[in-house]
Amino acid sequence: MLEATDLWKSYGETAAVAGISLRAAAGQIVGLLGPNGAGKTTTVSMITGLTAPDRGSVHVDGMALGETANEAKRKLGLVPQEIALYEELGAEANLRLMGALYGIEGKLLDERVDAALALVGLADRAGDKPSTFSGGMKRRLNIACALVHDPDVLLLDEPTVGVDPQSRNAIFENLESLRDRGKALVYTTHYMEEAERLCDYIVIVDHGKVVASDTRENLLKLGTAPVVPKGPSLESVFLQLTGRALRDGP
Amino acid sequence: MKALLALVRTDLRLYFSNRRALLISLVAPILIAGFFGATLGGSPGKRPARIPVAVVDLDGSDLTKAIVASMRKDDNFDLRDFELAPAIEQVRAGKLRAAVVLPRGFGAEAPRALFSPYGKKPEIEIHVDPSQTVTMALVNGLLAQHVMEEVARTAFGGGAAGAKFLAESKTAIEKSREIPPERKKDLAALFDDVERLRSQPEPGGAGEGTPDGFALRMPFETKQREVTSGDRKYNPYAHSFAGMGVQFILFSGIDLGVAVLLMRRMGLWKRLRAAPVSRRLLLGSRVLSGMLIATVMMLGIYAAGIAIFGVRVDGSWLGLLLVIAAFGFLTSSFGLLIASVGRTPEATRGIAILATLLLVMLGGAWVPTFIFPEWLQHATLFVPTRWAVDGLEAMTWRGLGLEAALPAVAVMLTFSVAFAATAVACFRWEE
Repeated sequence: MLEATDLWKSYGETAAVAGISLRAAAGQIVGLLGPNGAGKTTTVSMITGLTAPDRGSVHVDGMALGETANEAKRKLGLVPQEIALYEELGAEANLRLMGALYGIEGKLLDERVDAALALVGLADRAGDKPSTFSGGMKRRLNIACALVHDPDVLLLDEPTVGVDPQSRNAIFENLESLRDRGKALVYTTHYMEEAERLCDYIVIVDHGKVVASDTRENLLKLGTAPVVPKGPSLESVFLQLTGRALRDGP
Repeated sequence: MKALLALVRTDLRLYFSNRRALLISLVAPILIAGFFGATLGGSPGKRPARIPVAVVDLDGSDLTKAIVASMRKDDNFDLRDFELAPAIEQVRAGKLRAAVVLPRGFGAEAPRALFSPYGKKPEIEIHVDPSQTVTMALVNGLLAQHVMEEVARTAFGGGAAGAKFLAESKTAIEKSREIPPERKKDLAALFDDVERLRSQPEPGGAGEGTPDGFALRMPFETKQREVTSGDRKYNPYAHSFAGMGVQFILFSGIDLGVAVLLMRRMGLWKRLRAAPVSRRLLLGSRVLSGMLIATVMMLGIYAAGIAIFGVRVDGSWLGLLLVIAAFGFLTSSFGLLIASVGRTPEATRGIAILATLLLVMLGGAWVPTFIFPEWLQHATLFVPTRWAVDGLEAMTWRGLGLEAALPAVAVMLTFSVAFAATAVACFRWEE
């Protein structure tokens, strides 16, 4: 469904992404993990067509993103890290705008808007403005906006930042439901427990390169430093692969 | 096309649904235009404000009293009586525009100085408010008129003062060592002629030597005729609404540009860009919605100007609509330019406000461009807001036809295309 091959992107002398490849098949959630500055967001940007790669290719359902950008984009849905909503438009109006941008109109748009609101549990708040929503509700609407055109591939860039456990759980259930419907999901996060719960396949990147990619179970086998008595966690494997040094410095 | 309409509809809905901001956007230019219009003269036919001036008469002679009386009758002056020190204090406090001091001996020296090129002239001190340079030119001119008329009346008019002046002047000239003999002879003949004229009865007058019998006067009178459309009076609000409308609508262009930067920060721009719509459509929708908003707002401002302040469209309505629409395009492309060169909303807003104020100031929105130095008047032809203000004025109080709007429209469209092209070229597409 989604195939990104050998993506490269440099800013000046700095290589933000140096040869990352990943695949996401239908009914699969692929976790894209990495410390700050590892190249996750740049990779997602290249996959969604926001940033042109210096090298490499992205195919969605066999269509190249560069040559048939609009057709490929129709099959992609992006949930940005930011809460990218028109705060002064109602929830339904936000969804209708997004649907219109993907060429959906009329009865089909009505159905898609209703379905997206129902999926994220906001059907009863359709007319309310996001400015009146809690953080968790905004996050769910943020996801709904990426679903209204019923994409085959959904890219989620840290979609649970700042939400409470209940909202996070609701979001996970939404994403699992989408996977069950045959969607391909690429999920970037800092939270290892999220990746452990959700992801079928995990790609760990650092310094713009893939340092490990495998199924969750196989990655856990790499762990040599268990932090909990029952065995290695994904977090311990992650730290083992990417190091313990802080990445927030200059 | 559907995506374009959806984006434009969203922008319009967001802008016009914020009623409080909308009200302020409309009310602010109307109030300030109303204030400027009132300051510049108010409603048509209303008398301009009189100039508050003090005259301090240190001489107390008949001549200086006559000058003060003459000035008091002048509608241009609001003459106040003060001693010297309080008069200067009032000027310093900004309550008077000037204090005119008629010195001791003025009544005797001024008439003599008329024919004595080598003698010392009496000095009239004028204490001025340095912030009122335009008013000062008017005070000087009016003062010269009143002094000349009264000095001439004293020198050549009937009565004892005139006779005494002529006799003294004749004696002084005869005794003078500086005046060449031939000129003495000519001046003596002139005084004899004046003396003969003074003693003759005024044609149609009651008797000999009437007080106004023979006197020099201003050789002309002026009658102002306002050159506007037809017989209508000039309405200063027509200028202030053009100027303030241009200023505040251009501010909305800043909002348009900053909104793109905020959308970028909020991730909305990323979301829009991830959709299957072209870059041209994304930017085009911003330009189109910005243009529509600017046009509607400008029409609203003018509607208030017409309904409340009596602004009239004495030129072409079509021309006015074209000028407003072209200015709307200019505003939105200016906003897009801001969005393309700006980095953060906060920093960009400050710089954009400065740029806008410069454009507005040079465009003649605050004060008419004829006040500018000549070189600046020519230079402002390269400022698009100058054309906007000129175009709006041409269609309102100047009462010019559609053909007068077309150059302004053409220049604004040219600037708009240049702004938009630069914006597209400089726009940062990658996050």
